Amino acid sequence: MRSGGVGVLTAGHFLLQVAARLGLFGLLTRSVGPQIRGGESAALLRLSGTPVSCMDDHFDLLLAIDWNNAERFAAEIPLRSDSMIITGVGDTSIPVSLLAAHPRVLELPIAGIAAEVPGGRENMVALGILSAVLALPAAAVQAVIEVSLADKGADTVTAGIAAVERGRELAQQTGLDLQVRCDTARNAARWLLTGNEAAGMGALRGGVRFAAAYPITPATEILEWLAPNLQKLGATLVQAEDELASINMCIGASFAGVPALTATSGPGFSLMLEGLGLAVAAEVPLVVIDVMRGGPSTGIPTKSEQTDLNAAVYGVHGEAPHLVLAPTSITDALFTTQWAVHLAESMQTPAIVLSDQMLGQTTAIITPPANVQFLAERMVMRSPQAGYARYAVTADGVSPVTLPGTPGGQYTADGLEHNPRGTPSSRGEDHALQLDKRLHKITSFNYGVHWADVEGDGPLAVITWGSTTGAVREAVRRLRDGGHAVRMIAIRLLSPPQVEQLAAALAGVNCAVIVEQSHSGQFHRFLRAHYDLPPEVHVIARPGPLVLRPGELVERIGNWSQ
Amino acid sequence: METPAACPAAKAGDFKSDVKPVWCPGCGDYHVLLALTKAFAALGLRPEQVVVVSGIGCSSRIPAYTNCYGFHGIHGRALPLATGVKVARPDLTVICAGGDGDGFSIGGNHFLHACRRNVDITYLVMDNEVYGMTKGQPSPTTDPTWDSALSPGGTGMSPFHPLVIALASGANFIARAFAGDPNTTAKMLADAIRHPGFSFVQILSPCVTFRPDQKTWKDRVRPAPVLETDDAGRAARRLMTDDGFVCGVLYRGHREPYRHAVRAGAAEHGPDFLEAGFRVGP
Repeated sequence: MRSGGVGVLTAGHFLLQVAARLGLFGLLTRSVGPQIRGGESAALLRLSGTPVSCMDDHFDLLLAIDWNNAERFAAEIPLRSDSMIITGVGDTSIPVSLLAAHPRVLELPIAGIAAEVPGGRENMVALGILSAVLALPAAAVQAVIEVSLADKGADTVTAGIAAVERGRELAQQTGLDLQVRCDTARNAARWLLTGNEAAGMGALRGGVRFAAAYPITPATEILEWLAPNLQKLGATLVQAEDELASINMCIGASFAGVPALTATSGPGFSLMLEGLGLAVAAEVPLVVIDVMRGGPSTGIPTKSEQTDLNAAVYGVHGEAPHLVLAPTSITDALFTTQWAVHLAESMQTPAIVLSDQMLGQTTAIITPPANVQFLAERMVMRSPQAGYARYAVTADGVSPVTLPGTPGGQYTADGLEHNPRGTPSSRGEDHALQLDKRLHKITSFNYGVHWADVEGDGPLAVITWGSTTGAVREAVRRLRDGGHAVRMIAIRLLSPPQVEQLAAALAGVNCAVIVEQSHSGQFHRFLRAHYDLPPEVHVIARPGPLVLRPGELVERIGNWSQ
Repeated sequence: METPAACPAAKAGDFKSDVKPVWCPGCGDYHVLLALTKAFAALGLRPEQVVVVSGIGCSSRIPAYTNCYGFHGIHGRALPLATGVKVARPDLTVICAGGDGDGFSIGGNHFLHACRRNVDITYLVMDNEVYGMTKGQPSPTTDPTWDSALSPGGTGMSPFHPLVIALASGANFIARAFAGDPNTTAKMLADAIRHPGFSFVQILSPCVTFRPDQKTWKDRVRPAPVLETDDAGRAARRLMTDDGFVCGVLYRGHREPYRHAVRAGAAEHGPDFLEAGFRVGP
């Protein structure tokens, strides 16, 4: 934690990279103030020898370079009596709330040591201290610095390595031992990426070759990852003038035959709703990733919340059946986005992927994900016969589409209701026919096993979605380790509702606990609207920005599973 | 998209569909449709190579009246839609069409940025200074004193000057035409389509129903008295000082069109090589 710059985030990322090189697992979330540059920031890490799905209940170690505005983060950094705070010598400005649990406090001359190293920086001394405490080998730290600071020049690398070494010596001199070690390293390949990057990779794997977007926190990293990588694939990301433009550009590109995607957050998503309706009516596939943040309005741009569910499912005016999906982990952001492209293209309809700030901006060390075979597969009519009808009613509701350039396949796509030929029509029978067709194509589709992650069994089911799945997954694992018969159902395909699948997944369940990060319980109400739930239902709903932690879930769910 | 090699040349009539327009008898837009189909034929295009994109309004109904690929989108969003088509498929000829309300009011921001972006599309605006589909409200180009139920006594707002705005925003080709002269309009449209980058053609297209006063436009329009220019400063002075009825190519720039990704140069490989950016360890 520190104020005044990105130094602490750099040190945190270096630490995560070291862990990844050693085959460990881990997560890094960042907490930053509202300042554009500088201002207080904290890098929050969890490292482990086994895969981790969420932050833990408390932190073992808090190292602060200074404490300016640290009280803004205090609630996000739970400590225990066996936690350790490392602070500068004589620095008495630790927020009272952080001391409430009576953690141990150790004063180390971080600034003084940094000043002794030519070009030395406090964050690198801190990295040295942390790497020593965690028993991470010096060579691995050095290797990360050499790679990561290479473009800053040899002097910076030398200074960084020296500062880290002094930090390690300092920690070793104090005999600091937290019994928190990451010494179970193994020689295994890892991926290091954010959920936003995973979503971008999923989009490309699914076949997306056009993007248009307007920058917005916390979705911008998807766009900044996609822009250069689309170029490498001979494709384009257009920076649009606003979200009205970006979604319409995607609709145009997709109409022309190129799978398209945009990414945004709540405020931009609101602007895209009219475009989504057009994509539904004109049956143009596209994917919209909404990296949710606290709302309404500008809300809390840098903090997570699961509160765009209603807008995603119900926001489009008229009756506009479309797909709504949500990744259940950072790794799954890749799969779910790829699957969304496949589904959208298969059914010629828009798919919304509801990610959130926590999934999107957390950096994770993961096991390299399998390369699944879901690709964009649009039913294209390449040799249309005379009388071709773009919106012909078919058995599965999907009508073969011609692409511009195909002789004899000309039609006009339209947001106006139309007859099977695509000619505008206000006749009741044409409207009913097309409404039926557009609903039928997404309700009759076989989504297979991917509609949800269902884990475990027992009479109590925890039902959740999106980023809260991480905490639920760990809570359920702990409960099961403690002898509770608990199952987890994390719904990936939110719309259309999978009524029979959830009923099957709930077989034998008499108590459901619904977990979500919202104030009003949107997900609970959504489930109530579409599904039969067990007789006993409990709701754990809390708005952002404070994350749900596995320990509190264990405590509450444990009471209900007696 | 391959075109059959032995296709006979398409005539103007081949570009018209059999859908009956919703336009009022005497509407200028009929002539714009005629001019557009003549332009396509003159350019030797095939109907399937052309995409006509529009928003909402009387004139925005035009895509379905052609026999080209068409997209009748949402109010004000025609230009982003057309931009997406062209950037994704540079091989297509993309026409964006609409009215003054669609293009300059609800779509005004897109107009500015389409001019700046300079994608190789042609934007024709059938300007009748009124919202016709909603039955007679003032548009951005309407005289500030024009009385209507929605804005009694007039809007009091200075009319939008689309050609000046287009020039200031970077449009690469700026022209004004009169719907009542479809042959000249057809030539101008063909010229606009041929010109690289974003081409903007304002077509004065009278609304006989809500603006019967526009019947006098045919007496007011006249060809530009001077040769066309590629000097933006000179064009700005002319556009700022004309009375809105001078027709012709009023500016022809030489900006490079929006760069499309070089599809031909990029291997058709998948994205798996990008995994290297995530990989750590052995």
